[in-house]
Amino acid sequence: MDFFSQIINGLGIGSIYALVALGYSMVYGIVQLINFAHGDIIMVGAYVVFVIIVMMGLPLWLAVLGSIIFCGIAGVLIERIAYHRLLVRDAPRISLLITAIGVSIFLQNLFQLLFGSDAKSMPRMFSFSPLQLGGLQITSSTVLNILVSVIMMAGLQLMVSKMKIGKAMRATSEDAGAAKLMGINTNTTIAFTFGIGSALASAGAVLYCNTYPQIKPIMGGLLGLKAFVAAVLGGIGSIPGAMLGGYLLGVAESLTNAYISSNLTDAVVFGILIIVLLVKPAGLLGKNTREKV
Amino acid sequence: MLGISRKKKISYVVNLAIVILLYLVFTMLIRQGIVNSYYSDIMNMMCINIIMAVSLNLVTGLLGQLVLGHAGFMLVGAYTAGLFTIHSGLPLPVAFPIALVLGGLVAAIFGVIIGVPALRLKGDYLAIITLGFGEIIRVIANNLTITNGAKGLYGIDSLNSRHNLTAMFTYIFFIAVLTIFISFTFGTSRHGRAVISIREDEIAAEASGINTTYYKLLAFILAAFFAGVAGGLYAHQIGLIDPSKFDFNRSVEILVMVVLGGMGSITGSIISAGVLTILPEALRGFASYRMLLYSIVLICVMLFRPTGLLGRSEFSLMKTVDKIRGAVKGKKQDPASNKEG
Amino acid sequence: MSVLETKNLGIAFGGLQALEDVHFSINEGEIIGLIGPNGAGKTTVFNLLTDVYMPTQGVIELDGNNIVGKKTYQITQNGIARTFQNIRLFKDATVIDNVKIAMNSQMKYSVLAGMFRLPSYRREEKAVSKRAHELLEVFNLDGYAHDSAKNLPYGKQRKLEIARALATNPKVLLLDEPAAGMNPTETMELMETIMLIRDKFHVAILLIEHDMNFVMGICEHIVVLDYGRIIAEGTAEEVRSDPKVIAAYLGGE
Repeated sequence: MDFFSQIINGLGIGSIYALVALGYSMVYGIVQLINFAHGDIIMVGAYVVFVIIVMMGLPLWLAVLGSIIFCGIAGVLIERIAYHRLLVRDAPRISLLITAIGVSIFLQNLFQLLFGSDAKSMPRMFSFSPLQLGGLQITSSTVLNILVSVIMMAGLQLMVSKMKIGKAMRATSEDAGAAKLMGINTNTTIAFTFGIGSALASAGAVLYCNTYPQIKPIMGGLLGLKAFVAAVLGGIGSIPGAMLGGYLLGVAESLTNAYISSNLTDAVVFGILIIVLLVKPAGLLGKNTREKV
Repeated sequence: MLGISRKKKISYVVNLAIVILLYLVFTMLIRQGIVNSYYSDIMNMMCINIIMAVSLNLVTGLLGQLVLGHAGFMLVGAYTAGLFTIHSGLPLPVAFPIALVLGGLVAAIFGVIIGVPALRLKGDYLAIITLGFGEIIRVIANNLTITNGAKGLYGIDSLNSRHNLTAMFTYIFFIAVLTIFISFTFGTSRHGRAVISIREDEIAAEASGINTTYYKLLAFILAAFFAGVAGGLYAHQIGLIDPSKFDFNRSVEILVMVVLGGMGSITGSIISAGVLTILPEALRGFASYRMLLYSIVLICVMLFRPTGLLGRSEFSLMKTVDKIRGAVKGKKQDPASNKEG
Repeated sequence: MSVLETKNLGIAFGGLQALEDVHFSINEGEIIGLIGPNGAGKTTVFNLLTDVYMPTQGVIELDGNNIVGKKTYQITQNGIARTFQNIRLFKDATVIDNVKIAMNSQMKYSVLAGMFRLPSYRREEKAVSKRAHELLEVFNLDGYAHDSAKNLPYGKQRKLEIARALATNPKVLLLDEPAAGMNPTETMELMETIMLIRDKFHVAILLIEHDMNFVMGICEHIVVLDYGRIIAEGTAEEVRSDPKVIAAYLGGE
């Protein structure tokens, strides 16, 4: 029974990774950039919630909405200011990566200046009684995490496969040049992708605050890194892949914590990543492409 | 033909003279107490960072592969060297050079262990897998008893003593010079050309008879070796090492040095490693704004000079002198005439 | 005696049989043309010969030894060199370095000798430099030796790619559409160069080309592929009048 509750816990944490991984995955799929600043968007989202609820004393729904909108806009702004010029000029991809790292350092230090580097505690946001399932007791935050992540993924999948903007996103990620010739505004599409990815990350931020009621300016670093690992694990560019990677990572972490040692969690996480990449170089659900000669 | 090789020889001599002069001036300044230990420590750190950046440039610049776990090799070298000098029982002046070589070799062995599987992947996937290995190395060092876990390894003696303030500097300076020299000569040897061909087009390299697996691994191992040596120097410079000093951020810091200087440019790596070591110290007064400023500079440089400060070209004193001379002459004579020379 | 011979060569991608029962041989100093409509599998033949793809059936014999299963670089070192349909130069390297890279396996000095500029380094580099310049001269490229390959005009890039392939000392040279994108004068010049290469370097040349005047003009023997099978072979005259070839190119029947 303990084993199952560990798995459920893992799924709960994995849901947060999954939501953040979706952003990494979509952005990578469309511009082939490991957006290192994406993890810090979670932190931004968390602080927005903090400001609205704790400092301004406004209701919760406003905080959630505000955080999602703020992060969406921040995502678009970051793309416009820091990446756009490089994307348009087809600059070396590594320059783009270093810029992303720069944005990450910038956000962390900006928030350290604004709010101080110490941890801030968050009030309980959503609480209802734990779910009783046979002999298993599932905490409210776990239920919420899983529920929200599944709904978000379904929505996103629907958007990408059915809606016009989703088709534009797929076309741009397949071949940006051809997409442009077909009359797709790739610039808008790219900005939109950053916006959606950031909005999803802020949803992840809300869930994170609800699960671990403490926030810090550097919280996005490791969280982002792990979410990124989740995206690669599942197959970067694939939405179900990001979800699968997120859940797998959460479960692996939770089981390592419970049965091996919490000190080794990160080593296990990266160990799994390495093994998966060596066996399936494009990740679990990713597509292998081969260069044409 | 003869002119070129003579020019090369002159350039070697000039560079050697500059190196020796620099060394003499600095040791004198340290001995006279004009440069105090704070500044000489910064000098030493600068040289260590130069070794790290120049060695990473072998993989990132020459081979064209992104590596995000270079600090992992530095960790291996630092702990190997530190443990050796602590436990060997040999007198430090004897143990130290052996420890450095050992640190480099063990790091190189890790380079093989990591490189063989990792180099099957390319681009971002290689970056991620090296990141993973780097983190694993750190976590393991955090949990072993021999490394003293997260508390870190302490009591690693510095080579400097009250009578000899420049011993560390001498080692670090000349190893940095040697690293720079070797990466130049390696880059222009048949092996370096083979590595460059992989960067340019792996399929064409293979079709030109280049054993790409071998040369990728060679560049990777060489980089790991120098990072290991740098780690050994670092351990003895700092005296206390713990795994958190070699985390992902450290790897990123070194990568930034390489990219900012211009990928593939050794002189670019040297300049940016130097500047990026000194800058944070110089900005100590603005403690809280320091990193903010750093990130803005980083973003701006990348936005307006995406290929880094020097791109792929090298800064050369001789060429600069030639250019200035040419410019002066050109004004007096026909400007088109010195285009060929 | 043939330098290169394929027997029953074929490859299937998943369920699709891209090449089947390809059988041909080429002698020293011979120039063979490989023609066929688009998608017939011509480049695939090159990719099988150089192990870019692994054949699913058949053998490839170079000097009587089966080379199937050898790595691309080993095949090159054993004597098959190629160019690519879409030029693949080492763009940021200099013109002469492009050639020197291909001469790498003929040099023997060690990593340490290179790092510390030992006598073996100086000796071998000097020899290679001389040979590289000579090779570039054959192609009238010596004047560009120290320019970046990417700065060469298109026609010269094609030539450099051939020079680079020759630098590996091949017994067989595979040229994938060498005249693509060239104007008639350049094409004429290229024909002469290819004849010259054959006479000067004693290599066997197998070339893919769509320009029929070019193929008919210099190839002693022509192999025609269609849908992954050889449908005809022989001299230019024989192939030209073969009804199967005409049908393949014009469609119908």
